[in-house]
Amino acid sequence: MLGFLIRRIIQSIFVMLAVALIAFMMFRFMGDPVNSLVAENATVEERDAVRERLGLDQPLWVQYGRFVARAATGDFGLSWRNARPVSTLLAERFPATAELVLVAAGLSLLLGIPLGILTALRPHSFSTQTLQFFSLIGISLPTFVTGILLILVFSVWLGWLPSFGRGTVVDIGWWSTGFLTLSGLKALVLPSVMLCLFQLTLIMRLVRAEMMEVLRTDYIKFARARGLTNRSIHFRHALKNTLIPVITIFGLQLGGLIAFAIVTETVFQWPGMGALFIQAVSFGDVPVMAAYLVLVSLIFVVINTTVDLLYAVLDPRLRVDGARAAH
Amino acid sequence: MTTSSLSRAFNSDIAWSFRTSWSARISSLILVLLFAAALLAPVLATQNPYDISQLFLLDSELPPSWIDGGDPRYLLGTDQQARDVYSSILYGLRLSLIVGFASVALAAALGVSLGLLGGFVGGVVDGAIMRVADILLSFPAILVALLVNGIARGVLPPERHADAAIWVMILAIGLTNWVQYARTVRGSTMVERHKEYVQAARINGVSGAGIMIHHILPNVLGPVLVIATINLGMAVLTEATLSFLGVGMPATQPSLGTLIRIGNEYLFSGIWWVVIFPSVVLVVLVLAVNVLGDWLRDALNPKLR
Repeated sequence: MLGFLIRRIIQSIFVMLAVALIAFMMFRFMGDPVNSLVAENATVEERDAVRERLGLDQPLWVQYGRFVARAATGDFGLSWRNARPVSTLLAERFPATAELVLVAAGLSLLLGIPLGILTALRPHSFSTQTLQFFSLIGISLPTFVTGILLILVFSVWLGWLPSFGRGTVVDIGWWSTGFLTLSGLKALVLPSVMLCLFQLTLIMRLVRAEMMEVLRTDYIKFARARGLTNRSIHFRHALKNTLIPVITIFGLQLGGLIAFAIVTETVFQWPGMGALFIQAVSFGDVPVMAAYLVLVSLIFVVINTTVDLLYAVLDPRLRVDGARAAH
Repeated sequence: MTTSSLSRAFNSDIAWSFRTSWSARISSLILVLLFAAALLAPVLATQNPYDISQLFLLDSELPPSWIDGGDPRYLLGTDQQARDVYSSILYGLRLSLIVGFASVALAAALGVSLGLLGGFVGGVVDGAIMRVADILLSFPAILVALLVNGIARGVLPPERHADAAIWVMILAIGLTNWVQYARTVRGSTMVERHKEYVQAARINGVSGAGIMIHHILPNVLGPVLVIATINLGMAVLTEATLSFLGVGMPATQPSLGTLIRIGNEYLFSGIWWVVIFPSVVLVVLVLAVNVLGDWLRDALNPKLR
């Protein structure tokens, strides 16, 4: 277990160093920073002086080391577009994205697992057929088309829900939350539904497939032979084993949610990090792009590592195998 | 092709599976129609929507022709610049498909070469390629494509963005999707390189590159077709998403995604047709490609039957 943990953490560090290298290369080779700092008619000596002051004359690996050290403290310099510290920009935007992603993730679990169980226990009922059909549509529709349809129906035609922004937010320290006001909650509905739809269908299908698989196994047959109630068999015996793969997929998909939040934030003009990243991409604003990349990668790596470890904790079979392999 | 090989192709397993699969036949019919529409766009379109002299501002925001106030000249209505939605879709479909096919070709070429190289040479080269592939795979495709896109935009001067957009898109999507090809080809190359025909070629003094290209390559290409088909749907969708986000094809050269983005801006004036029709075409296109890809995967893999 410990060996596994250490291996996973070392692997994660390497991934982060690779990501930092990409971010560093973007800084180093996209535009010459010296040009933006010296006067147009600066002499070669003046340029060299600036270059020396910034440390750009040192070997690349020294510069890379300094970049990593600064990035580790969250320092990515100033945005090229509006000359504010990148870390401040991201910190302002982070709560909006975090709340959106958390609500979407929660929705997909709260709806996906029960629906998956329902469709597995009653494979031939009308509701199952309907759900399966809609899940096929849910998987095939491009996310932004779903978002546009939601806006068209619920904002333009019915006028029930707002189609852009976060509503009124309340500041708690540096965190701005939309959970505490009615308009904030209403503004969350459409974006989180749009964002969760794909994952919801995925979890529903996964739970369904796993549940049907588990229900065929011997220990379930044995439980039935013992005369346990259906309720106890389905929820106390079968569900536990069904949920283990769900954790893995859910963890992996959480990264997908963060990435697709970019699209959701654009459709609903949600003031999150994704919208900031899109602006940075269209203006070629390297510091913001690099910082977003590093931050999102860090989140991914932490999620993936946690999922792997959780998996080992939750599934005793893996632990036994690990112990045997160690001998 | 001779008659005998024609009849052999007609009687093959694949052809039989195709003839008996409704979904495969319907989706390929839809695809043939869409490809033809894209190819013949200049003929089928009633106007060239990007030739300003053909646009009449009086005709802007007309609804589809079957709705009150519609004009029979504009089947699916017009947008705010009086561009015919039907003609814009034809031209947009064309661009979406060009970017889709070109990026799939790039991804396949890159993935097959790297997979072949890694599987055949092994060692450090293989390790390096596969580590890069692992890292790429742990990020969502859309994020990688956005990043490549952003880097290309940062490197190019702003005035060249519009002209270079199509190349940037092909590059961004192609560089994102090669991993699957590389993994598959690498796997089968590692199996093939120990077979007798490869040893025979070695004994005959064929060079490493010669063995890779002339002997192993033809034997590992089978699954590539399936991956490419499924990939085409992904590529079209990624292109549409990037264009929708405003970092893909520019408004002067709109693909389906750009059309949806433009239409989305008018949504609140109740002009739904500018956004709905391109969306429908996009969804039908992607759905048809995916259904065909699924069928192809099952048909070529007898183990699944």
